[in-house]
Amino acid sequence: MADLSSNLAGIRSPNPFWLASAPPTNSGYQVMRAFAAGWGGAVWKTLGEPIVNVTSRFAGLNAGATKMIGMNNIELITDRPLDDNLREIAACKAAYPDRPIVASLMTGCTQRSWHELVNAVQDVAVDGFELNFGCPHGMSERGMGSAVGQDPALVEQITRWVKEAARVPVIVKLTPNITDVRYTARAAARGGADAISLINTLNSLMGVDLDTWNPIPHVDGKSSHGGFCGPAVKPIALNMVGECARDPQVTVPISGIGGIATWRDAVEFMLMGATNVQVCTAVMRDGFRIVADMIEGLNNYLDDRGIASVAEIVGKTVPRFVDWNDLNLDYKIVARIDPATCINCNRCWIACEDAAHQCIDRLVDETGASVLEVDEEHCVGCNLCSMVCPVDECITMVRVDDGESVHTWRERLSVPS
Amino acid sequence: MAMKPTFALGPPMAEPLAPLDVIVEANRCLNCYDAPCTRACPTGIDIPRFIRRIASGDKAGAARTIMDANPMGASCARVCPTEELCEGACVYTPDAPAIRIGQLQQHATDWLMADGRALFSPGTPSGKRVAVVGGGPAGLSAARDLARLGHQVTVFERDDLPGGLNTYGIVPYRLPAEVALWEAEQVRRLGVDIRTGVAVGTGVAAAELLAEYDAIVIACGMGRVPHLGIPGEDAGGVWDALDFIRRAKEDGAVPGLGDTVAVIGGGNTAIDAATASKRLGASSVTMFYRRGAERMTAYAFEIEFARSEGVEFRHCVIPKRIVTNEGRVAGLELIRTDTDGSARPIPGSAYTIPVDNVIRAIGQSRFAALLDAFGVIHEHGVAVVDDDMRTNQPRVFAAGDCMFRAGAGDAMVVEAAERGKTAARSIDAFLREGTA
Repeated sequence: MADLSSNLAGIRSPNPFWLASAPPTNSGYQVMRAFAAGWGGAVWKTLGEPIVNVTSRFAGLNAGATKMIGMNNIELITDRPLDDNLREIAACKAAYPDRPIVASLMTGCTQRSWHELVNAVQDVAVDGFELNFGCPHGMSERGMGSAVGQDPALVEQITRWVKEAARVPVIVKLTPNITDVRYTARAAARGGADAISLINTLNSLMGVDLDTWNPIPHVDGKSSHGGFCGPAVKPIALNMVGECARDPQVTVPISGIGGIATWRDAVEFMLMGATNVQVCTAVMRDGFRIVADMIEGLNNYLDDRGIASVAEIVGKTVPRFVDWNDLNLDYKIVARIDPATCINCNRCWIACEDAAHQCIDRLVDETGASVLEVDEEHCVGCNLCSMVCPVDECITMVRVDDGESVHTWRERLSVPS
Repeated sequence: MAMKPTFALGPPMAEPLAPLDVIVEANRCLNCYDAPCTRACPTGIDIPRFIRRIASGDKAGAARTIMDANPMGASCARVCPTEELCEGACVYTPDAPAIRIGQLQQHATDWLMADGRALFSPGTPSGKRVAVVGGGPAGLSAARDLARLGHQVTVFERDDLPGGLNTYGIVPYRLPAEVALWEAEQVRRLGVDIRTGVAVGTGVAAAELLAEYDAIVIACGMGRVPHLGIPGEDAGGVWDALDFIRRAKEDGAVPGLGDTVAVIGGGNTAIDAATASKRLGASSVTMFYRRGAERMTAYAFEIEFARSEGVEFRHCVIPKRIVTNEGRVAGLELIRTDTDGSARPIPGSAYTIPVDNVIRAIGQSRFAALLDAFGVIHEHGVAVVDDDMRTNQPRVFAAGDCMFRAGAGDAMVVEAAERGKTAARSIDAFLREGTA
């Protein structure tokens, strides 16, 4: 049994799976259920001046028959009184003293209001704060959430204010709705943040109803941009986590968020530099019970590789995440199609023919059976055929260069002409 | 096309897909390129395309893709031996279940039948007239495509209703007559004049058609089930399987049906007669086939279905004599045959069983005289045609069962539809020769 415990800037948890600040952490009842199911920690639904929500708040993105590969929401921060939330936080802490509860905070842009909120909340012994500089909808129109998170100066300033008052670690949650997330990450570090968490949700409009022409989700016929999350945003999140992890000026640990639904996703985020991960959409779809599979899967993964502690994998892929200019131009792979497992759906052929480099040939063998063969001389190794192939391992990408020579674009540029 | 309601005779052989099944199944399709399912479809329906249209919520587009390629697309969704055709070719097989193409096709065509819209329109009038002899799948398919090509088409159908075997000769739990009649109605909506109750040869002469029309499609199908040629065949309680099925479909009952039924034959019509007997109340129904099980022409899934309905099978046995009592069937004398596939009787192996009915389903007779009347060369009643459905007579074409050789194994509705389409294409080319 591997050691799954994690330590994010001094916040220790029995496993790296936290619930993100979101609808699943709206109440003590839910967080109790989550801890009973095994979640390692929880970031409470953002506390602040209670708001009024609209009904009709979420919408899902489906892929074929698969429901909710993404979702967006226009729900705001907590709509419950601060005292109720604090009382329930204290009860959860009493019941599960080993599980960290981090209070997500959002308030107006003054030193005084942040100090008041921090002081009011830390009396109930929360394990940390997460500053919600990310929510892209609703609160941003009131100068909060992503309106703060898109301005590095504000991020730095507010972080500094919070650090003045906070007695527990402060995590700054970053918005992805920005040109280059490293700027706000660096600002958080400069402001004294103990950690950053990313990504918050992406600006989105889920859809338009083809019959009514209402935007989706609609509130009495109208909608507003919402925050997009779930498996569909994972590649965006993973990139942003990686960019922060490899940035020398982002000197704080990272809590990874964005489309994590399985232990595999979690491993990827940790390899990419996240100390722990936060989950929301997967729980909204399948409930708290999924954490048991995440814990078991992560443990099996580590045990199979003889890795004693999950902490050992954090950041292991970061050195391999580089500028394009540092990629080896001499590395050459080509596609090989295994005729024994090919089912002749010709998906690779049409993809290559119409969208890539026209280098798969449809041949007929001596028995009259059709065979797909890669023209390796012209194959550019783009991977597209292997991506559209429905059969695992049928199309493999095989290395055909000498395996030794390395030649990068940066080197080419530095060669005197 | 009014008709009195037909009887369902119990639940359908395959239930329509539930909405959830449709979504899951349509999205499971891999959307192959140059898809084997389409290549395996005699009418060449672009199957991945219609499935993709179902998946995207374009049911009209899905139905159009199907019906464009196959005017009998709703019937074929139900009666095609999909395991032998599209589904058998699905790239998922044999490692995973094939996409349920037939049922998805039924989903799309059921939607179209309920919606009621016309998908196609007649072509620009060519001024040419074409007569179609026979309103079954081949004739209606030819007529549909000829109308879309702008020709004025008259279908002569000897029965009271169009549709041929689809209307009368297939048990309703495989194919309700309403489906076949809806398909005929779609042909009529294109301006095709379907004259029912008119037999060519008796009601109207072949020479008359040759004189009045620019081209003729013979799609007369086949006739009655021939006699077994054994004593006692004229007794009460002996049925031609097609008459039996028709009566069951029209009346929901067959007069004189007893407890014990013997069906002679090993094809799909024999299966239909057997299962219909069962559903009409016979307690013991047995199919007698002269060769081994592997030589039966009924599809494996049909045989499996008959078994599930309680039909029993006896192989390598032929009827020798129908035992009668006061002019009615009382028993059946059978003789065992060599298991080497020759169907040679084994001397001394005869035995007699008590039965109340004998249903013969040993194929159908041919309309040789009709072909003669058009001067069409035939071999034992099978019209001789080239790949374009041309007969020896320049203005006469033939499609469907009347040009399928016995035992060729291609007498499927879907094959008939395709030959009808081919005939229409050939006639169009013929009629436009020199006019371009």
